[in-house]
Amino acid sequence: MRPGFVLEVDRSTPPTLFHHGEGFRLERLPVGSRIVYPPEPLPVLPDIDGAIRHALLHPVDSEPLPALLSPGMRLTIAFDDISLPLPPMRRPDARQRVIEAVLDLAAEAGVDDVHLIAALALHRRMTEAELRHALGDRIYDAFAPRGLLYNFDAEDPDNLAFLGRTEQGEEVEISKRAAESDLLVYVNINLVAMDGGHKSTATGLASYRSLRHHHNVRTMQHSRSFMDQHRSELHSSNWRMGEVIRNAGVKIFQIETTLNNDTFPKPFDFLQKREWEWSLRDRSTYLGATKALRRTPDRVRRSIFQSVLAPHNLTGVNAGEVDAVHRLTTAKVLEQQVVHVEGQADILTMGLPYISPYNVNSVMNPILVMCLGLGYFFNLYRRQPLVREGGVLIMSHPTRWEFHPVHHPSYIDFFEELLAETTDPLELEKTYEQSFAEDEWYRHLYRTSYAYHGVHPFYMWYWGAHALQHLGGVIIVGGDPKTVRRLGFKPATTLADALEMATDVVGPHPSLTHLHAPPLLLAEVT
Amino acid sequence: MIADALTGQRIFITGSTGFLGTALVERLLRCAPGCDLVLLVRPGRRSSAAQRVQREVLRNDAFDRLRHELDDFDAECARRIQVVAGDVGVDGLRLDHEGREALASCHTVIHAAAAVAFDSPLDRAVEVNLLGPSRLAEALHAVGAVAHLVSVSTCYVAGNRRGRAPEIPVSDTPFGPDVAWRDEVTAARRARADTEAESRTPDRLHHFAKRARAELGAAGVPLLANKAEKLREAWVADTMVEIGRARARALGWPDAYAYTKALAEQALSETRGDLPVTIVRPSIIESALAEPRPGWIRGFRMAEPVIITYARGLLREFPGIPEGVVDVIPVDLVVAAVLDAVARGPVPGTDGPSPPPIVQVASGSTNPLHYRHLVDLVHDWFSQHPLYDAKGQPIVVPRWTFPGRGRVQGQLQRAVKVIDVAERSLATLPLRGGQARWAAGLEERRGDAARALGYVELYGAYAETEAVFGVDELLARWSTLDATDRATFCFDPRVIDWDAYVMSVHLPSVVEHARVRATPGGRSGRSRTERLRQRVLAPERQLAAFDLENTLIASNVVDSYAWLATRRLNPVDRARFALRALAEGPSLLALDRKDRGDFLRHFYRKFEGAPRAQLEEDATELFTWLLLTKSFPAGMRRVRHHRRLGHRTVLITGALDVVVERNLGPLFDDIVCARMGTVDDGRRWSGELLAAPPTGEARAQAMADYADAEGLRLEEAVAYADSASDLPMLEAVGFPVAVNPEVRLAAIARKRGWLVELWSKAPGGPRPPLPIGPVTRRTSFAAAADSERR
Repeated sequence: MRPGFVLEVDRSTPPTLFHHGEGFRLERLPVGSRIVYPPEPLPVLPDIDGAIRHALLHPVDSEPLPALLSPGMRLTIAFDDISLPLPPMRRPDARQRVIEAVLDLAAEAGVDDVHLIAALALHRRMTEAELRHALGDRIYDAFAPRGLLYNFDAEDPDNLAFLGRTEQGEEVEISKRAAESDLLVYVNINLVAMDGGHKSTATGLASYRSLRHHHNVRTMQHSRSFMDQHRSELHSSNWRMGEVIRNAGVKIFQIETTLNNDTFPKPFDFLQKREWEWSLRDRSTYLGATKALRRTPDRVRRSIFQSVLAPHNLTGVNAGEVDAVHRLTTAKVLEQQVVHVEGQADILTMGLPYISPYNVNSVMNPILVMCLGLGYFFNLYRRQPLVREGGVLIMSHPTRWEFHPVHHPSYIDFFEELLAETTDPLELEKTYEQSFAEDEWYRHLYRTSYAYHGVHPFYMWYWGAHALQHLGGVIIVGGDPKTVRRLGFKPATTLADALEMATDVVGPHPSLTHLHAPPLLLAEVT
Repeated sequence: MIADALTGQRIFITGSTGFLGTALVERLLRCAPGCDLVLLVRPGRRSSAAQRVQREVLRNDAFDRLRHELDDFDAECARRIQVVAGDVGVDGLRLDHEGREALASCHTVIHAAAAVAFDSPLDRAVEVNLLGPSRLAEALHAVGAVAHLVSVSTCYVAGNRRGRAPEIPVSDTPFGPDVAWRDEVTAARRARADTEAESRTPDRLHHFAKRARAELGAAGVPLLANKAEKLREAWVADTMVEIGRARARALGWPDAYAYTKALAEQALSETRGDLPVTIVRPSIIESALAEPRPGWIRGFRMAEPVIITYARGLLREFPGIPEGVVDVIPVDLVVAAVLDAVARGPVPGTDGPSPPPIVQVASGSTNPLHYRHLVDLVHDWFSQHPLYDAKGQPIVVPRWTFPGRGRVQGQLQRAVKVIDVAERSLATLPLRGGQARWAAGLEERRGDAARALGYVELYGAYAETEAVFGVDELLARWSTLDATDRATFCFDPRVIDWDAYVMSVHLPSVVEHARVRATPGGRSGRSRTERLRQRVLAPERQLAAFDLENTLIASNVVDSYAWLATRRLNPVDRARFALRALAEGPSLLALDRKDRGDFLRHFYRKFEGAPRAQLEEDATELFTWLLLTKSFPAGMRRVRHHRRLGHRTVLITGALDVVVERNLGPLFDDIVCARMGTVDDGRRWSGELLAAPPTGEARAQAMADYADAEGLRLEEAVAYADSASDLPMLEAVGFPVAVNPEVRLAAIARKRGWLVELWSKAPGGPRPPLPIGPVTRRTSFAAAADSERR
């Protein structure tokens, strides 16, 4: 495994890969540009099930799981939802392996009151097929028909418990079943440094009443970045809430897993190779694939991409007390992802892939494009952003005026009505958030259908608030102009055009850094 | 002095609400301050005779000048004008006692009432034009008055002749047709009775019903019946027009107007007895030369629609003889000639059996306006002052080449026919939204072509008239006037400067009246759609009623049924189901077209025996994966917009309660839908509806009942629907909205100025190619019902 790497582009550098939605672009970057490559995948645990069992029996700062289980107790197992990991992993999913191990121990201990809850907060409910994929048929068939495996419902007042306020007055309201269980086992997948820790329960099982205290513009603008727990207001708030949950007597046994960044299956694994190391076969696969994709109808192309299952797998599993476990987990994530980069650039470029946490089996709508670029990718840094304050972000994505009517109904209205009025996160938050959050129709669709909560598009927009504040301009290469303008950004046809446009903001001869992701990395910018 | 002669006179005027009549009243009030007027006016359906005078005569801009000159216009009118209710189309004029007294008190009667449309139904023209003057004479006899009757006729009583047409009775001319006017009256009345009878034969009635259905679709019995009756009435009127035109032409007149006017003169000379009569025959009356102001005109006369149609570029050709004379006379000259006749009083020696004096007011013999010259003037004027199309571009007017009438008519008839066929075939295609609007645009084009054809048929003859109307009597009278009268009551056709009249008086006035775009550039401000939308979304609206299928969701009962029925089938059974459905397709379509209610019942029968709980569960999935996927986000947004504004929102649909109520409940305040009964203690569906499903006119009724129960007013209600079968519902409310309308509704919406919304499915969303449920591991309700029965 080779570590991450920063390449300085010279005349001999081959064109650089940009992800571009359900497709790719090869772009020649100006000489002198820097490309940040992620480290290569860490090795997978040699005996995954053994490692899981070991973690459960030898947890950190906690008694072994069997000691926490007793007949007649109420056990709740909460697990991360469809937004993790990206892309979805091959069967068996990490959650299935872990939960099967937990259920075995519970059965051995004679626990029979067990609930399994998909901790999806305000995300859409998982479908039967998705639950089966995440947990396996055995668990699904054993629990779902009896109503013991279900999606969390943050709008069900009868099944929420108010646990109190943090010292800063933030209200903590989470799943009643989880709060009133004798033991809450949380099973997570820690794909990026933002995930896990107290955020698992304090966010995943919380209601709007609770979430609004940290899912807001102020918090996001004070999280620099939200991938860096120690400089993230998002995390501070979640940790304060974790404290309240603990003090309320909720006993949590946290199980966290980390994955390597082996993102693309064969024969597309070259997408995570460095371009000059592409073999002849890689190159012809690339050519063939891009040519075929160009002739494939949008819908078919989307379903091809959405059916990709990543070969990534466990590099570690830790169980026990939340804070202790999360320290180990974070270290493992950083080991996989950190790349050292010296200094900021005037321009940051990135190619946005077809998937974000909120469009698994769905449509990457323009708001999710904004969130992926300005929210997730921009924040893949520690210390300081890859691009200087007032610099320009250039991202590549088709950015079509497309929405999934079942999954993202409130997004459609947010985009077509609100963004036509303003793109200012503060203004949106102040004027419109409440009406969307409390809209009866959105609430109905969230609870009974498969829709993201009415307020969710606001959160997506807030996720980019720090970047919006920091940047001097955003350009989308290859995006639908009308859509891009609605987002408040500038459309460009080619990267060359975009660079030309960027000089208006950052001046001539700008420095440029390209974030070569996915696979994901975390830039330590000094 | 004319004004002096009129002082102290009471003048009885018919036709004061018309073009000439209004001008007469105005001139008498303004230039003959010593006379009083009695106006005979037919009461309207909703307004009295006096109200009609106020609204239709005195408020006309002809009186602006007088209103300005007088201190108290209203008082002056009240003092000098008496209004009596009556009708010249009826024997005895339908005068009451007061009316008869008023008539008896008058010294002069000016008869200016006429059915002036050249395409009036024959019997109407006969009753008003032919019999009107004789009825007046009879009425005068009846009240024992010997007033001077000045009857307004037309030069065109001379018929389609070439050469001189002097001021003598028609019967005295060499080729005057020898017809008995009484026989013509009888024949016209019988033609009406026959046509009415013919229109009521089963064949005809069937035909009207068929056409009504073709136009409106399955709109429900009352609306279709209404439409069929309107079609019948229209057919009778058209037939009577056709009969009139044919009879007139057979006798040598261009149309029923000239024909009935000619016979009227004949009838009047026979029936007048010793009543003194003067007949004034104007030619084509057009806008005023000077009085009350240059260019004053009332209503759209004969030439105006043709001119405007030409200026809009729609009349590529028009028949006519280039060197022929278009005999036009400004209205103020006619008024002056009439008042001169009134002032002169009866001409001694013209009572009794001798023919009455006849004065022609025409320009052709002394100051001819040649057809080519007129056409050139109009062309030049519109080249300098073009009208503008919807995009704000100037319209270029064509140059006419004066082909024969037959050729122009043939071309236009073919055009109408082609558009007609295209329109009818488009109407059978399942077009919606933008395409449907485009198709509906064809109807407008056909309307334009049909109108052009109508003008050619109606007025072509006038552009081809080669008669030259003599004005010897007129000029003789003119020569006796002193300078004051000549200045105040000018009727000398020789004073007209045609170039100036056409270019700076008539055409500007016509364009101003036509409400056409005469300024360049694109539209500024909000578009019509936006204005309509704003009215629909005004806070004072009270109710918003929505149709479901194709209004909020691009799906229908069949899709839903197929989805539910296949949800739990294995692949083999699915294929079998699909084949069966395909085979059933055509008969289903026919059933739907015939009666929506039967169609729904047919489908809902299929749910017989389905387990209730299972169907409810499936319905939620159906809602997500079929209905939401095919929903129009803008439509959903609109419902909620209405709710935010505090309007009541109600969904009115023939869809099943099990599907819509649970899943769409939170979107609306209320839902009116089809309700299915249950059996087995509510465990299974019966397949039968508890009440008639809300479709067609039942839907309008359901909405009306709902509004009634909730105390909401339909005039303040908005209704959204997509097809002509929803017409009863759309027509019932004050603010109808056509959503993605199919061709028929698009045409209706365009005609009536309804808001049209084009809503689409979420772009990029999944598009299931077939309405078939995803495979699950459970059994279908159909199979479950089967096994249960076994």
